Amino acid sequence: MQPYDMPDEKGHFGQFGGVFVAETLIEALDELRIMYEKYRHDPDFLKELHYDLKHFVGRPSPIYHAKRWSDRVGGAQIYLKREDLNHTGAHKVNNTVGQALLAKRMGKPRIIAETGAGQHGVATATISARLGLECVVYMGSEDVKRQAPNVYRMKLLGATVVPVESGSKTLKDALNEAMRDWVTNISTTFYIIGTVAGPHPYPMMVRDFNSVVGVECKSQMNEMLGRQPDVVLACVGGGSNAMGIFYPYIDLPDVRLIGVEAAGHGIETGKHAAPLTANSPIGVLHGNRTYLMQNEEGQIIETHSISAGLDYPGVGPEHAWLKDIKRAEYVAVTDTEALDAFHSLCLTEGIIPALESSHALAYAEKLAKTMKPDQVILVNLSGRGDKDINTVAKISNITL
Amino acid sequence: MSRIANTFKALKEANRKALIPYITAGDPHPDLTVSMMHALVDSGADMIELGIPFSDPMADGPTIQRASERALAHHVGLSHVFNMVKTFREKDTQTPIILMGYANPIEAIGAETFVERAKVSDVDGIITVDYPPEECTQFTKLLKEKNIDSIFLLSPTSELDRVKLIIEQASGFLYYVSLKGVTGAANIDIEQVKSKVSMIRELTDLPIGVGFGVKDAATAKEVAKISDAVVVGSRMIQEIENSNKDNLIQNISKLMKELREAVN
Repeated sequence: MQPYDMPDEKGHFGQFGGVFVAETLIEALDELRIMYEKYRHDPDFLKELHYDLKHFVGRPSPIYHAKRWSDRVGGAQIYLKREDLNHTGAHKVNNTVGQALLAKRMGKPRIIAETGAGQHGVATATISARLGLECVVYMGSEDVKRQAPNVYRMKLLGATVVPVESGSKTLKDALNEAMRDWVTNISTTFYIIGTVAGPHPYPMMVRDFNSVVGVECKSQMNEMLGRQPDVVLACVGGGSNAMGIFYPYIDLPDVRLIGVEAAGHGIETGKHAAPLTANSPIGVLHGNRTYLMQNEEGQIIETHSISAGLDYPGVGPEHAWLKDIKRAEYVAVTDTEALDAFHSLCLTEGIIPALESSHALAYAEKLAKTMKPDQVILVNLSGRGDKDINTVAKISNITL
Repeated sequence: MSRIANTFKALKEANRKALIPYITAGDPHPDLTVSMMHALVDSGADMIELGIPFSDPMADGPTIQRASERALAHHVGLSHVFNMVKTFREKDTQTPIILMGYANPIEAIGAETFVERAKVSDVDGIITVDYPPEECTQFTKLLKEKNIDSIFLLSPTSELDRVKLIIEQASGFLYYVSLKGVTGAANIDIEQVKSKVSMIRELTDLPIGVGFGVKDAATAKEVAKISDAVVVGSRMIQEIENSNKDNLIQNISKLMKELREAVN
């Protein structure tokens, strides 16, 4: 079998991906692509990156056998890759450290980012503070309301948070606004995209920086069990934590890769954020071609998810590709199912998971029941749920 | 020869520069767009750039974003845009119409259908903001077969090789984005535009239009001196925003006349 080698040099994953941006951004993307190619295998750069991942982020993150929860669910053994234990509380930091170190090498003093749940914004503000770079984070005004603690965290870290009032006032609009900033301040500014979307080289670069997750899993599973899991599960909004854990497993065909999208109120209601599961048409947004939630006129439609981090109408182009070549499967779970899994993990394992990751947990529960006790499901527990306690309390009619 | 090429030829013979206003189809109301187009022509527009509303106009500043949102509030999509051009053509078969928009609405109906319907509606040129030449060779070919011009953006950051690549695919005219930024952004640096435009001129005979930062008649005048066409977008939309349905036509006509006088 040919080893998996995507994207092509123009950033295409089959018909997906690419560089769909206004001419004003082309030079900046060319510069970024060239610099990334230069440093991605550079020993000094990698040494600096690995030092920070170890000493600043706290890697490697452990894998934990959720034994009590597995017993309660009944069926396969569920293991959790504890990205929630990273500094800043999610996998997002793996990528921001990588991109910020690249920005430093490129001599860019100013960092911008978009954020949905705020985890990427916090991770970007964190590394910007550590490297002494100016940081501006764009965040949909709806998300600013939903994720107040993270907004304050970013401010504590010295970042400027700009609420975005256009469009649906969520993640996609924050991305539009960050792109507008970038095109205006191209010579001084590095744009740290937080997910495996955007124009090439972002989907590849964000995947690469997050693939430390899957690389660690391979050796950790080997140490713990002497074998690899039967299934690897991760939630998918844009899809960065999923690509990070999937990528090193793509060439192991016996390992099933399953991405879990947000079904919101239910796929059939239309109020969801699951373009792959709902068979949305192919389209072009934010610099790449992918499956995209849109109406018949090609206008992007509003998405719904209880979790701000999954509330995105598109999906990283590599996920679209993995779906088409049938290397990964994509399913969706509802807000309610994710909430149930959230509470379940809190009570049986003493771990408060992020609502995003709770989607993957909810599907792990369903799937484990259909599997044997000697089988193994590895879930990317991509983030911790401290940021979500206000949301959950509100749903439970509790005033904090 | 295309209607756009003919227009540029006639203007050149008359020693005049083209003035191209931009409005978003359906803003402020779909019933007004065609009469606004006629009014702009009557007041001195040589061509019209008609924006296709899009939910995520990444390359546009706040003014044109709001225009898109107002049009989308009336559910204006491509089928309306084509109908507007058709209706416009009932009274005006001379003025070139250029559609400007983003890739997704085009791909939603399919590139072939789009080109077919553009031809039937008698559209003259297409600017697809987020189709750089590498990603749209097939689309450009389809347009060429129907004798519709593919108009590409060039930016202050486009280097020589890039300009050459774009010129190979472009027809009608080249659209030079006069500043680093979104539509309607800060003031433009005329000297910088001038040197870039001369660089482009050495490589092509295609006319060169300049836009993205033309804020008033004085800027239009300066830009006209160094280019073949001046595109006025955000300023036109501001006029629309500041008008009501009773004085809208009067106000945009007045602005158009001011620009015309300045450019002449």
